[in-house]
Amino acid sequence: MPNTMNQVATLTQVTETPNALAEFLRGLPGVDAVGADQRAASLATRSIKTESKRRAIDLAISMIDLTTLEGADTQGKVKAMCAKARHPDPLNSEVPHVAAVCVYPDLVAIASKELVGSGVAVASVATAFPSGRADLQTKLSDTRFAVSQGATEIDMVIDRGAFLSGDYLKVYSEIVATKSACGDAHLKVILETGELATYDNVRRASWLAMIAGADFIKTSTGKVTPAATLPVTLIMLEAVRDFREQTGRMVGVKAAGGIRTAKDAIKYLVLVNETCGPDWLTPQYFRLGASILLNDLLQQRQKMITGHYSGPDYVTID
Amino acid sequence: MSTGRLEIRKTYKLFIGGEFPRSESGRSYEVTDSKNRFLANAAMGSRKDARDAVRAARTAYEKWSNASAYNRGQILYRIAEMMEGRKEQFVSEVMSSEGCTKPVANKIVTAAIDRWVWYAGWADKFATVAGSTNPVAGPYYNFSTPVPIGVVALVAPAKSSLLGLVSVVAPAIVVGCTAVVIASENRPLPAITLSEALATSDLPGGVINILTGNTGEITPWLASHADVNGLDLAGVTNPALAIELTQSAAGTIKRVLPRPTVEPDWFKDPGLERLNFYAEARTVWHPIGV
Amino acid sequence: MNQSFEYSPAPESRAIVNLATSYGLFIDGKFAQGQDGAPFKTIDPATEEVLAEVWGAGPKDVNRAVTAARKAYNQTWRKTSGRERGKYLYRIARIIQERSRELAVLESLDNGKPIRESRDVDIPLVAAHFFYHAGWADKLDYVGLGSSPSAYGVAAQVIPWNFPLLMLAWKVAPALAAGNTVVLKPAETTPLSALWFAEICQQAELPNGVVNIITGDGATGAALVSHPDVDKVAFTGSTEVGRQIAISIAGTKKSLTLELGGKAANIVFDDAPIDQAVEGIVNGIFFNQGHVCCAGSRLLVQESIADAVIDSLKRRLSTLRLGDPLDKNTDIGAINSAPQLAKIVELAKSGELDGANKWQAPCQIPEKGYWFAPTVFTNVTQSHRIAREEIFGPVLSTLTFRTPSEAVEKANNTPFGLSAGIWTEKGSRILQIASQLKAGVIWANTFNRFDPASPFGGFKESGYGREGGRQGMLGYLRPRGK
Repeated sequence: MPNTMNQVATLTQVTETPNALAEFLRGLPGVDAVGADQRAASLATRSIKTESKRRAIDLAISMIDLTTLEGADTQGKVKAMCAKARHPDPLNSEVPHVAAVCVYPDLVAIASKELVGSGVAVASVATAFPSGRADLQTKLSDTRFAVSQGATEIDMVIDRGAFLSGDYLKVYSEIVATKSACGDAHLKVILETGELATYDNVRRASWLAMIAGADFIKTSTGKVTPAATLPVTLIMLEAVRDFREQTGRMVGVKAAGGIRTAKDAIKYLVLVNETCGPDWLTPQYFRLGASILLNDLLQQRQKMITGHYSGPDYVTID
Repeated sequence: MSTGRLEIRKTYKLFIGGEFPRSESGRSYEVTDSKNRFLANAAMGSRKDARDAVRAARTAYEKWSNASAYNRGQILYRIAEMMEGRKEQFVSEVMSSEGCTKPVANKIVTAAIDRWVWYAGWADKFATVAGSTNPVAGPYYNFSTPVPIGVVALVAPAKSSLLGLVSVVAPAIVVGCTAVVIASENRPLPAITLSEALATSDLPGGVINILTGNTGEITPWLASHADVNGLDLAGVTNPALAIELTQSAAGTIKRVLPRPTVEPDWFKDPGLERLNFYAEARTVWHPIGV
Repeated sequence: MNQSFEYSPAPESRAIVNLATSYGLFIDGKFAQGQDGAPFKTIDPATEEVLAEVWGAGPKDVNRAVTAARKAYNQTWRKTSGRERGKYLYRIARIIQERSRELAVLESLDNGKPIRESRDVDIPLVAAHFFYHAGWADKLDYVGLGSSPSAYGVAAQVIPWNFPLLMLAWKVAPALAAGNTVVLKPAETTPLSALWFAEICQQAELPNGVVNIITGDGATGAALVSHPDVDKVAFTGSTEVGRQIAISIAGTKKSLTLELGGKAANIVFDDAPIDQAVEGIVNGIFFNQGHVCCAGSRLLVQESIADAVIDSLKRRLSTLRLGDPLDKNTDIGAINSAPQLAKIVELAKSGELDGANKWQAPCQIPEKGYWFAPTVFTNVTQSHRIAREEIFGPVLSTLTFRTPSEAVEKANNTPFGLSAGIWTEKGSRILQIASQLKAGVIWANTFNRFDPASPFGGFKESGYGREGGRQGMLGYLRPRGK
């Protein structure tokens, strides 16, 4: 890893003062935006056909965090979604279940209940999602509540205002505190890359989150445009790859928002495969935060089996 | 004859690296006027003089090619100033060398001075005219600038001993090349006097080096010299020699400005032909992104 | 559920290309058997399968082609207004776009380059070149040679095998826009796309004789450039052949432009955007199997980050996919010919003998065809042959430097001067280094980008003249009355 810091020990040292942290983050190699866009675009031209496509579709299904994050969410909506998460295609038991469902904290309890014994994890957004504009205590109690309700994964948002104003230590401390509030639950740190403005910032925020103990770094809340993009995900994949090289610890990546088609999803898998390699091609280390994507994957899957195009009436709408 | 004072004659020497050496070979040759009357003994440059001149030109190249265009323009203008001060001497040498009348010689000398001024003005405009920003289809800033081709060897025109000479040398150095010039073999005196003007202008030593002597003897060494990047055959009158030099120049893919079948009318507007020859485009790409 | 993600074969169908068993020459608007010379075979370098037989034009054929071009110049083309000439070029550009898939497959078949490149780079650029130059045809007063500049007349053009149709476009488009007629000889190992282009000229109803395509080897090329009725010679290829051409036409009135070899330095400073630099290094030397005259074949990396860059590079190279050029996922295709492969093998061997460390990307080499795995040499010094000679293959020589001036000195320490790369996030450094590099094209924080609006061409032994942009038009025009 071409970074000025070579050892794990120095990575904790860099968080000792605001200046040291800022210096470290700004010392990370820059990202040339045009080059990064081109690399992502070139990987997007990979042609995934036949057997590899069939396997990619199932892999993508198994990596989905099936998500509903609406003000209008109800218990009924969440129940239906959980049923879909367990058996994405009720007529075909070979279709794998998704990785997790992702809901607001107040709906965690019902989701946990619905998913008992299914292998599908329950993820909850927390920390004043999606804006993150609340005091730390509120954010932490939000987190503790979700965990207490049965969430095994917490999707927190970083304080983008603090990040953009250069108060990296504040962002860091909040992640550390949230991580501690999570207990055994996995922590996904949402960078909200659409608000970070540059790829350099995406790289810095990725490292900041990883140093603070994130289990996953996640692109977006889905409430800001642009949400996940291929180049942003590429930058984050490079970050987790380099972080492992430096520290030995593997951090996952979650691309969330805007991924709607099987074709899109497969592009992300190619990106993971060629940037980080097969170690990351598992739900443990790569997730797709999505809702309607699942139905397109199912339709494509049906097409692969039957040989003809499927239609929306042949997948369930919940 | 007269009881007056005996004239002090000038020793005509080579001009290499800002200095005036005699030929290392110790040779000289007789220069006569258009009616075959003795004018002077000029130094008979050798291949080693040519080698030294190329070395001087290469040494001077880095600084001269990187000098600001404004600075180069000022120096070219300074050369014109220095020539103006020696106008009478140039007129008399052009008269005797080219066998023309004083009014004609006067016209030639003033045209030569004005040519320096014309090219001086190009110094900081040529890149504007010859360069470009290129609208490529992609997120890149792309621009081309003319840059000098390097060290060049020039065979000065055979007949036009001063105006022709200035017309081939000025464009080479104004774009940033450094030059080794072979003066007109039969009419070398104005070239040597020019070198004296150059030495008293602010031109750094080695930017222009002037050799006198036998064109057929010296030029093959320059055409084959690996550290010479371009060759102007303006003054080569022998077609067979021109072919030999062109073929020899191909050894290191030198740029060659071919021999004109007839010596051009140097009074004409020179246009950009020689500036274009002495400079070539360098294109730089850079991504545009945040 | 940790499963590997192997990509199934995704071959582009070759059915779209209708190959005949043999092809004649394209002279005066018609395809016909050659009158002298002899036929030869062109093969698919990925399979060694014969694709077709083409005619190796003899001196009589060359003479017929030049005569046809002369006649077309005198009787038709010089009387055709710039506006009308431009319209023919626009037509050609459109037909190329319409037939792009077919042309891409054909190019990959005959050349061995990955379809990803012929489809995404070569053919789109071919169309762009015709489209761009079409617009020049009625604006020649603005190229910078004064009003009403003249065409030369008959242009003899000889092109290489690395980008067969793209090199044709670089030559033919400006020549026709300027008002010249053309006799073009494609490379011996890649003649097919030029013959397809001849058919495109027919479809565009380009007047007979304006473009003539004669296939053949070096002897055909030599006969063409030395034909006395040729006014302009344009050559892209090796420095050695360029030198021979310059010698052979010395003393004639022929104007010459040469685009020759290179040994470009790709300079990576310690503050470079590393991930993009690694991509740039890969693209710089492994694009088109390294069969690129401007390839970044010498990596000059600052010593302080050398190990990290080399590690990243090796990791990245391990993901390259070598194999069937028609597979849409192939990154590295076939070496174009057996002799070229032999040359690469020989030079790589010399690298080992000279003491450099060789590393090759792990990849399976197909049984048939000509292949060479992406190769990186480290511990190379300036005196090694692999640091001086153009390999024209997927072989990268890596050297290190300590200071900017050392980088410039090493980069310039070659008889070539075609291109160079600079990687640094510091703007002022880019501009300073760019001004010191003796190279005609400089890519800063990118590499191997091409565009018809951007002048391309070299310094020193990399040739003279430019192709593309306003500067490129100067190679096919002279001031009025000159």
